[in-house]
Amino acid sequence: MWRFISLRLLQAIPVILVVITVTFFLVRIAPGGPFDSEKPVTREVKAALEAQYKLDLPLFQQYTSYLGDLAHGNLGPSFKYPGRSVNELIAAGFPVTAELGLYALLVALCIGGLAGVIAALKPNTAQDYIPMSLAMIGICMPSFLLGPLLVLVFGIYLDWLPVSGWGDIPGDKILPSITLGAGYAAYIARLGRAGMLEVLSQDYIRTARAKGLPQWQVVLKHSLRGGLIPVVAFLGPAFAGLIAGSFVVETIFQIPGLGRFYVQAAFNRDYTMILGTTVFLSVLIVLFNLLSDVLAAWMNPRLRAQFGSH
Amino acid sequence: MALLDVQDLAVSFVTRNGTNKAVDGISFKVELGKITAIIGESGSGKSVACYSLLGLVPMPPGRIDGGRALFEGRDLLQLEEKELRAIRGRDIAMIFQDPMTCLNPYMTIGKQLMEPLIFHNKVSKEQARARALELLAEVGMRDPESTIDNFPHQFSGGMRQRVMIAMALINEPKLLIADEPTTALDVTIQAQILKLISELQHKRDIGVIFISHDLAVVADIADEIVVMKQGKIVETGDREDIFHNAQNPYTKKLLAAIPSDCKQASTTAVEPLIQVRNLCTWFGQGKGKEPVKAVNDVSFDINRGEVLGLVGESGSGKSTIGRSILRLVPVTSGEVRFDGTDLTALEGRDLKSMRRRMQMIFQDPFASLNPRMTVYDTLAEPLLLHGIETRKTVAQGVLKLMDDVGLARAFVRKYPHEFSGGQRQRIAIGRALATRPEFIVADEPVSALDVTIQAQILDLMQKLGREYGLTMLFVSHDLAVVRHLADRILVLYKGQVVEQGTGDDLFERPQQAYTQQLLKSIPGRSLLA
Repeated sequence: MWRFISLRLLQAIPVILVVITVTFFLVRIAPGGPFDSEKPVTREVKAALEAQYKLDLPLFQQYTSYLGDLAHGNLGPSFKYPGRSVNELIAAGFPVTAELGLYALLVALCIGGLAGVIAALKPNTAQDYIPMSLAMIGICMPSFLLGPLLVLVFGIYLDWLPVSGWGDIPGDKILPSITLGAGYAAYIARLGRAGMLEVLSQDYIRTARAKGLPQWQVVLKHSLRGGLIPVVAFLGPAFAGLIAGSFVVETIFQIPGLGRFYVQAAFNRDYTMILGTTVFLSVLIVLFNLLSDVLAAWMNPRLRAQFGSH
Repeated sequence: MALLDVQDLAVSFVTRNGTNKAVDGISFKVELGKITAIIGESGSGKSVACYSLLGLVPMPPGRIDGGRALFEGRDLLQLEEKELRAIRGRDIAMIFQDPMTCLNPYMTIGKQLMEPLIFHNKVSKEQARARALELLAEVGMRDPESTIDNFPHQFSGGMRQRVMIAMALINEPKLLIADEPTTALDVTIQAQILKLISELQHKRDIGVIFISHDLAVVADIADEIVVMKQGKIVETGDREDIFHNAQNPYTKKLLAAIPSDCKQASTTAVEPLIQVRNLCTWFGQGKGKEPVKAVNDVSFDINRGEVLGLVGESGSGKSTIGRSILRLVPVTSGEVRFDGTDLTALEGRDLKSMRRRMQMIFQDPFASLNPRMTVYDTLAEPLLLHGIETRKTVAQGVLKLMDDVGLARAFVRKYPHEFSGGQRQRIAIGRALATRPEFIVADEPVSALDVTIQAQILDLMQKLGREYGLTMLFVSHDLAVVRHLADRILVLYKGQVVEQGTGDDLFERPQQAYTQQLLKSIPGRSLLA
């Protein structure tokens, strides 16, 4: 088990290194720079700024110096928020985004899992078609459409829920979580349905029925675990995707999360902020993929035994 | 009164292509303390008939058209789902064909064993566990205390089937339905399981329905035999009647399909085509671990035109030998000479041209045929690849192959799933023959097939062997099948040859204890004696 995990972590190092390198040079190729704002500054001021942030060094030296800082866990100073480091900005924004992502994941898991299981129990009937059609709509509907729609219905017409903010008014976390989770709920519903259908057609389900167990026991005790393994394997990428993709929802609902910093950093050519967030997110993606793989393997006794022997 | 009295049972499946009468008005009885065997090929409706009694046929598409099934005076077909569930697993229990897939891989065997006991009888977990341990010991599980919390994958096929049997018996049912319980097992394990079922049935004095496609399997244990074909019962009788006084032509055909004869030694000139010397094929287990010695220092010759049988149970290395000769697995050491050339030293182009002269037929004709290719594509591919036919003449070549293997020319545009198992194996044989090979490795080519189909395919292979002048390595776990076809037989045990000789030698004068044990395991020996 530990061998598998450490091997995967080792494999992640070159991946992240490539991500850093590509991002580093790509943002430099993009026209403009962090100090090209609307208000022109004098040449001397600009030169002083560039010297302070090491932008006057040759590009390759900037790259090696960045990698050196990174090795010490230092993501550098932000160009647009003077006096604050990228580490601080991420530390401020990430908890909010993580909380949003977690709620969205719970929404996705509950709604999607339930819909998938229900659909699989009576395939090719209304009980299957209705949730699966909704799932298809969920996949097709982008969050920048769903978010405002939900705001319109639940925030304005019905006036049940607050339309923006995060943790200021009770209930203001509900709409963003649903908006972010809806697409993933749809994916999970489809994965869950496929997994359950597969398991329900297995011989051991017939064995369970032959024992005289009622349908709910056959489903809960004998099918759910195997059927939901694909869903579990998807949770890691889903959570990472939720966090990386939360900026639209954060913008719609005015949430002070990491996603908004990320988008602003790109507009502002805040080189270190872009790089720092990218590195942070790619580490996160690698970790969560690993986590869900381990979890999915642990749920399968055969794989668990293999891990145990290593 | 009979324990189970089935009268005029009819079950059909309603599909888009019309209604298919799977069971067409059958009647039979099962008595307490007796084993009733239902015999028939796949598709004869034998399993559907029994599943429908317990409401285990999915409806739709299944539909019960009529009949009664009186179990202790109550008609099973009229019961509510809830009442039926109370009988299922308590009064009537089932064992299924494939113990690999019939146990839940995510639950320990202990949990699965205890489940029906706790569910039906509301006993405590401790009591259920104690009972499960007792039963595991009774079905011959070594050291139940330490294995009860293991998962199914940690057991061999035979052990899993023992677990299934224990699970079926845990509520002390009055009727046990066993659906091909030994078909997926090796012949030696099969003999053990048959003995176990028979013993347990005598001890408990319960009724058993034993479903099988193979008359030979039930020869030693059945009291009553019901022979089914296409949803109907063609003959019923006790064991004596069926085996010694069969009336129906279909029953006679089934009896004749039990391979019993021995191939006459051929008198062709002795010139070895294949020479295997000190062959070792080991599979590494990673650093620091002992490799698995699948094949360990094996030497033999196969003469031109000869059929060499290779017999052993799963894990004896018999398939690995076949694959090693064809270089489908890397050989650890030793030499394989084909017509004088050492195959183990060949690479690239030389190997490819050699491969044309050697072909393989696999056990599972469905898995080894590409489901997206028609018969035509499957057969044309090797013909074109090896330049045996040109684009212009390939159609003729394909049709000739289809004639040779006994497939109707009209099927040429069909896909594998449209064929039966026997027909698929014919396609696989046709594909192997397409390159005009001199040597064929047949790896359990008939063990996935019904017995009558088995006999047809064996006859076909024999005929084609003569016509094409083939040399053959015939791998099987079933001594009776090998005896039918092979000139000489090699018995393999744990990667090594333990005995070799002609069929007569081995059957009449087995020298090694292991060979004797294999012979004892052949089902229906009482018929041959």
